[in-house]
Amino acid sequence: MGIDLPLIWAIIIGFGLMMYVIMDGFDLGIGILFPFISERHDRDTMVNTVAPVWDGNETWLALGGAALLAAFPLAYSVILSALYLPLVVMLLGLIWRGVSFEFRFKAHVAHKPFWDKAFAWGSYVATIAQGVSLGAFINGFEVSGGVYSGDGLDWLSPFSLFTGIGLVAAYALLGSTWLIMKTEGSLQQRMKKLARPIAYLVLLAIVIVSLWTPLSHPDVAARWFSIPNLFFFAPVPLLVLLVTWTIVFTLRRETHAAPFILSLLLVFLGYSGFAISLWPNIIPPSVSIWDAASPGESLGFTLVGALFVIPFILMYTAWSYYVFRGKVRAGEGYH
Amino acid sequence: MFGLSALELARIQFGFTISFHIIFPAITIGLASYLVVLEGLWLWKCREVHRQLYRFWSTIFAVNFAMGVVSGLVMAYQFGTNWSYFSAFAGSITGPLLAYEVLTAFFLEAGFLGVMLFGWNKVGPGLHFFATCMVALGTLISATWILASNSWMQTPQGFEIINNRVVPTDWLKVIFNPSFPYRFAHMTVAAYLATALFVGASGAWHIMRGRSTPAIRAMFSMAMWMILIAAPIQVVIGDAHGLNTLKHQPAKIAAVEGHWQNTPGESIPLILFGIPDMTAETTRYALQIPYLGSLILTHDLNGHVPGLKEFAREDRPNSTVVFWTFRIMVGLGMLMLLLGISSLWLRWRGKLFGSRLFLRFALLMGPAGLIAILAGWLTTEIGRQPWIVYGVMRTKDAVSNHSVLALSTTLTLFIVVYFAVFGTGIGYMLKLVATGPDEADASPPNVDQSQRPARPLSAAPDDMDPTILIPGNDEV
Ligand code: HDD
Ligand code: HEM
Ligand code: HEM
Repeated sequence: MGIDLPLIWAIIIGFGLMMYVIMDGFDLGIGILFPFISERHDRDTMVNTVAPVWDGNETWLALGGAALLAAFPLAYSVILSALYLPLVVMLLGLIWRGVSFEFRFKAHVAHKPFWDKAFAWGSYVATIAQGVSLGAFINGFEVSGGVYSGDGLDWLSPFSLFTGIGLVAAYALLGSTWLIMKTEGSLQQRMKKLARPIAYLVLLAIVIVSLWTPLSHPDVAARWFSIPNLFFFAPVPLLVLLVTWTIVFTLRRETHAAPFILSLLLVFLGYSGFAISLWPNIIPPSVSIWDAASPGESLGFTLVGALFVIPFILMYTAWSYYVFRGKVRAGEGYH
Repeated sequence: MFGLSALELARIQFGFTISFHIIFPAITIGLASYLVVLEGLWLWKCREVHRQLYRFWSTIFAVNFAMGVVSGLVMAYQFGTNWSYFSAFAGSITGPLLAYEVLTAFFLEAGFLGVMLFGWNKVGPGLHFFATCMVALGTLISATWILASNSWMQTPQGFEIINNRVVPTDWLKVIFNPSFPYRFAHMTVAAYLATALFVGASGAWHIMRGRSTPAIRAMFSMAMWMILIAAPIQVVIGDAHGLNTLKHQPAKIAAVEGHWQNTPGESIPLILFGIPDMTAETTRYALQIPYLGSLILTHDLNGHVPGLKEFAREDRPNSTVVFWTFRIMVGLGMLMLLLGISSLWLRWRGKLFGSRLFLRFALLMGPAGLIAILAGWLTTEIGRQPWIVYGVMRTKDAVSNHSVLALSTTLTLFIVVYFAVFGTGIGYMLKLVATGPDEADASPPNVDQSQRPARPLSAAPDDMDPTILIPGNDEV
């Protein structure tokens, strides 16, 4: 067998989920920052920076689900039923958030504050649920005979709650630095002030998760700390420190895009840390991507489309961002 | 909850969430194509009405689209959360189809939606029109893949079962399975009809309130043309769809018709109304028309189709339900035919905008398309029972192992959130509809004037002469 199809699919899904985390990350982050901003026109500006693109961002989540079902049906069925409750909560959070994008512009003045709250709450709930799912995923799932055999509440643990909160900080960082890039004046200044403590929080969360994971999972520890690996992986934590420092540094100067790009890098590093810890399992702790893969007929058929279509998707996504480039000014509504 | 089993709760949950979902895509599919037509007409003829209508319906489209996306996202995860055995068993087929849908349709829609809704002043008119076309194309591609997937579950082929799971052997057979062409044609036309009825009803409402402006007349007239053309086509497709189902799922048709026992050689009546009783194996209070059953189902006066008693009890779908859902769909289809024909008659008489009775009829028919769609899907899906993949896997073997408690909690959450959120959303949509294209347009568009001096919208020549636009336009 020439090509390792499951491997390619794991990379595609990993890529898709990362796109989701960074792209929906900054628009969920905007909801997370809502409570810190009270002026109505500032809030409108915040929402307007993402209004043209949020639907595309969310599509990466649909791709994650669909590609997982296509390539690793076993993982899809086990993980999704194990995470039933947090996923339902996440979807409901995304519903509130998604509709309030539109509703807060269309609503009667008296109802606007309600939809602002819905926007913020929806963002928090969806983010925490995603973080909790991530933590539960790292902790692993009980599988016997190809089906999930754990309990409906196995996902709930101190660790998963912690990752839930950590993700809120990470998305808030993406959101605030995105706004630094897309806005100007007092809103931008406000975001610059907020971004610094958030960056420290994110660093703290990364440190705690990086210690907690190997301490509670010996196999993960073995992967990181065995001898040749340690040298390969050591740059990851070092880069995390360096990047955080640079973010904080650039925030003090006249900057626009730099903090956002660096935050993307930071999230990417955290993401690679997870990938290293879990590789090559798709249902931790023991089912590998090869055990869970679809038949070759399905993997190959879908791969043809994916390889052909994804470059186009990236192209017109980039085009859409290009069309809406530049600062969004107060009062420059799309509605 | 209410003594329901986990299986029943999972089914109710799936049925509830997808029924909400389908309402939005149906309108999305129809409105997207309508917007293409409007923008194309505007670019071609440069008439102000088309631009007004485009702007008006695109705001409604935006609200509808947002609800379609978030309710659809739930669907993409429900296969795994609620039907994990089904996903593990058949994910090798439904998964790739869904993945293709995301790749080829959802990204296309999402990529161009921003430009379509918010990009009037950022790109030229040609490129903007292109964006609208891509969004509309995306909705149709989306329907293609998801209906291929659903049709495969109805009439599966092109696969083998190896090690207790489905392995596709021929993708062309999987996608172009026997019921797919019918279901695709029927559903697409259904979406166009539902949208036309909705647009028509909003037009009727405004005209009845004395706001018979050129834009409102134009949209009302366009909607009536659409219904006139699409309703008969839908009846023909529906008939062909039924014949195809008879061939592949005879038990479903027997349940839909409420037939328990048909003797070969004898003609079958059409049961107009009745109450099929699953335990007594008979249809009570049946009101029958002789020969018509044979005629419709076999296109022959003495043709034979099997009755429900020819199938084992555990293989029978619930006739009591599908008998009625089917009749609701067909009944509404007939009313749509009537609406289309009366519009033609009134148009010819020059009274399209003048007959209050007709306007009231058009207004009442506003939700009929969506109701028919739901009724049609209930017929299709409940008629497929007890199978999830027809003849291959039973629904009871497909469901995840969730506790009744977990399922009742989430079901309650879904119901509360859906009614609150989508109820409000539909309320806003109706509020926007009530504003009307003229008022919506009168408020200055809230856009940055400095960016582009040659704004495509304001560059439109004002051509407000309604006499050219609407045939048969006279006093209202
Ligand atoms: C505006 C909507 C609408 C209207 C007016 C009709 N239908 Fe329909 N029907 C649908 C919308 C729909 C649908 C929602 O699109 C369904 C559900 C699944 C499907 O394949 O199409 C459907 C299913 C469906 C089925 C079930 C096929 C199966 O389960 O395999 C049959 C036999 C018909 N239709 C036949 C008809 C006939 C004879 C009609 C004549 C008046 C008709 N439909 C009007
Ligand atoms: C969009 C319009 C649709 C509606 C309104 C609809 C409606 C329903 C309903 C009411 C049920 C419950 C049936 C029962 O309890 O007897 C159901 C079941 C189901 N449908 Fe659909 N359906 C739609 C489309 C689809 C599509 C496109 C697919 C697949 C791609 C699909 C797959 C299923 C599955 C897997 C079940 C669960 C098993 C079952 O109870 O039959 N449905 N649907
Ligand atoms: C069980 C079946 C279904 C699943 C899993 C599903 C999944 C989804 C998802 C994930 C989205 C959001 C896409 C985005 O992020 O942009 C969506 C939207 C959409 N779906 Fe469904 N869907 C189902 C049934 C259907 C059916 C039956 C149709 C049409 C015949 C349909 C047509 C659409 C369309 C046109 C959209 C575009 C957005 C909108 O409608 O507002 N879907 N669907």
